[in-house]
Amino acid sequence: MTASTERPPSDLSGGGLGATRRVGDRVFAALTTGAGVLVLALIVAIGVFLLTKAIPAVQKDSANFFTTKLWQPDNDPSVFGIAALVFGTLLSSIIALVVAGPIAIGIALYISDYAPRRLATPIGYLVDLLAAVPSVVYGLWGLLFLAPHSDKFQQFLSDHFGFIPLFDLGRNGVVGRSMMIASLVLAIMILPIVAAISREIFLQVPQANREAALALGATKLEMIRLAVLPYSKSGVVGALMLGLGRALGETIAVALVLSLSYSTSFHIIDANVGGNTIAANIASQYQAAEPLGQRALVASGLVLFVITFAVNALARYVVTRSGKRAAAV
Amino acid sequence: MSAPSLLDQLPGLGDDTRRLHAPVRLALLALTVLVSLLLFASTPMQGRVDFVVFVIFAFALVQTGVSFALEGRRHALDRLVSLLVHLALLAAVVPLVSVLSYTVYKGLKKLDGQFLTHNLTGLGPLDTNGGEYHAIIGTLEQVLMATAIAVPLGLLVAIYITEYGKGWLAAAVRFVIDVMTGIPSIVAGLFVFAFWVIGLHRGYSGLAAAFSLTILMLPVVVRSSEEMIKLVPAELREASYALGLPKWKTILRIVLPTASAGITTGTMLAVARVTGETAPLLLTSFITPATNTSPIAGKQTAIPTFIFSQIGLGRPANYDRAWAAALTLIIIVLVLYVSARLLTRRNTLTRR
Repeated sequence: MTASTERPPSDLSGGGLGATRRVGDRVFAALTTGAGVLVLALIVAIGVFLLTKAIPAVQKDSANFFTTKLWQPDNDPSVFGIAALVFGTLLSSIIALVVAGPIAIGIALYISDYAPRRLATPIGYLVDLLAAVPSVVYGLWGLLFLAPHSDKFQQFLSDHFGFIPLFDLGRNGVVGRSMMIASLVLAIMILPIVAAISREIFLQVPQANREAALALGATKLEMIRLAVLPYSKSGVVGALMLGLGRALGETIAVALVLSLSYSTSFHIIDANVGGNTIAANIASQYQAAEPLGQRALVASGLVLFVITFAVNALARYVVTRSGKRAAAV
Repeated sequence: MSAPSLLDQLPGLGDDTRRLHAPVRLALLALTVLVSLLLFASTPMQGRVDFVVFVIFAFALVQTGVSFALEGRRHALDRLVSLLVHLALLAAVVPLVSVLSYTVYKGLKKLDGQFLTHNLTGLGPLDTNGGEYHAIIGTLEQVLMATAIAVPLGLLVAIYITEYGKGWLAAAVRFVIDVMTGIPSIVAGLFVFAFWVIGLHRGYSGLAAAFSLTILMLPVVVRSSEEMIKLVPAELREASYALGLPKWKTILRIVLPTASAGITTGTMLAVARVTGETAPLLLTSFITPATNTSPIAGKQTAIPTFIFSQIGLGRPANYDRAWAAALTLIIIVLVLYVSARLLTRRNTLTRR
């Protein structure tokens, strides 16, 4: 026990001799282990159960599950596929990330390097408040405030930047509840998470590095590029990916704001084209679905889970690795 | 946090007369605003938002240009990026203020005693009365049940991971908690829907909703509790062991009380998060116009699903109800959120 202060707390085998023989200890250890095993079993059960629902549904699909755009699982023959849903999920999330990413990094830099010391923490809380607003409220606001108030902006984009396919409204296009507005709402929703993680990572950069750069005559921008960004690059990438993971799974805001359709079009400001995401499709279809349709939705939910899991796992790996490296500096 | 530029403090380093000082920059801004005003008055350009956007662009150009001429390329770039960083903050604050103020403005129209104490039974599609009483009951019951399951279970799992877990089992539990943090809320709802609601023929209920919320809450509770327990100093445990306390008593009487402020903060943030969840509730407790006080049987509306269903109906009266309910929801969530933050101050454990 003499060297125990050097060891992490979890390595302390408490009570010294014979501790495990005490009844209380045995009961408590069993209780906590039981809780751990329960959660483990629960998740394995969820996975197995969802698979047993999803695989038969995909087998009954008369079209290719991965390349079909239609979603008519209860028709005879059953035709459904996730192509349009995956397309819409990725497109909306990536646009959200492209919009929110630079802004979030800017906010993080403001808090770590630009804000007066006394304001930094309150402003951090203020930005975090964005994460506290429920998604259904964002949906309501996006539908009844943002979409109608951004008609002019969308029209402007189409008038002056219509040569870019993204902003092409076409002849019959209508602005309004478009993919772009849905993506902007998503961008606002992922902004706080990206900003919060990037901020933590910027604050981990040793102050001495900053001072060294300044002492060499660097401007603040040069100091950030020389001393801050090289240490935090991979951490910021991880933060962006966690934001992406959040955007991929968002349901209600998208379901409310976007005019739903099964299209795979890049015309993001055309509300007639609209779009759909895996999550929004589940929310809009489950109620009318018959048994096969329900299982088909479960299959699409599993695909969503696999995508978000992959993105999150990669993000966590990147963030932990950069955290360790920053700590080692 | 913000390191003062040493160059600014050292006289003689850098030519002071050739720097753009704050008063000069303010004068530049005033000049830009003035010219823009003239432009907006004399040309077809109009609109308040357009004006602000125009001024920002114009000022960025003017300041960068003047700085380039006076201070050189490096300082011009520096000033431009500094402006962009401040604009990024503005880009976050504007939507926040817009969402909050618009919800308050729209919500106050309908939010009154009548709205809080009535449900939606016996109303025609054109009626403008009715309220969210049943939804408040639903949210309270569902969130309380979810908390009652997720907090004890989450605490036990956190204790297992930090104090007892060894080998592959602990690694597996840790991995599973990681996986759970990434489960999209709609997938959690879909699972309870497929397994409990239709698989076991239990039907929609508040309990089913609580199950789906538990799946979302559990990893947050485990994560924050684990963090806090790890921060409890080893000296405290050693003192306790030295006094002869067994390990379980040390955990219950020393470790948990020391970490309690942090654990409570984490729990309250988790509660605040699931209170606003809509997607899983649609699939598990569904929507009903009537008050259902039974937490374990029958459809039960919660505030988020109340908002969602009212938007779906799409008449002005429905939108009014949706805004009023949104205001209630925001107030509940913000109260939880702010009190969690205030509690953080009582947390004496900090990362070393």
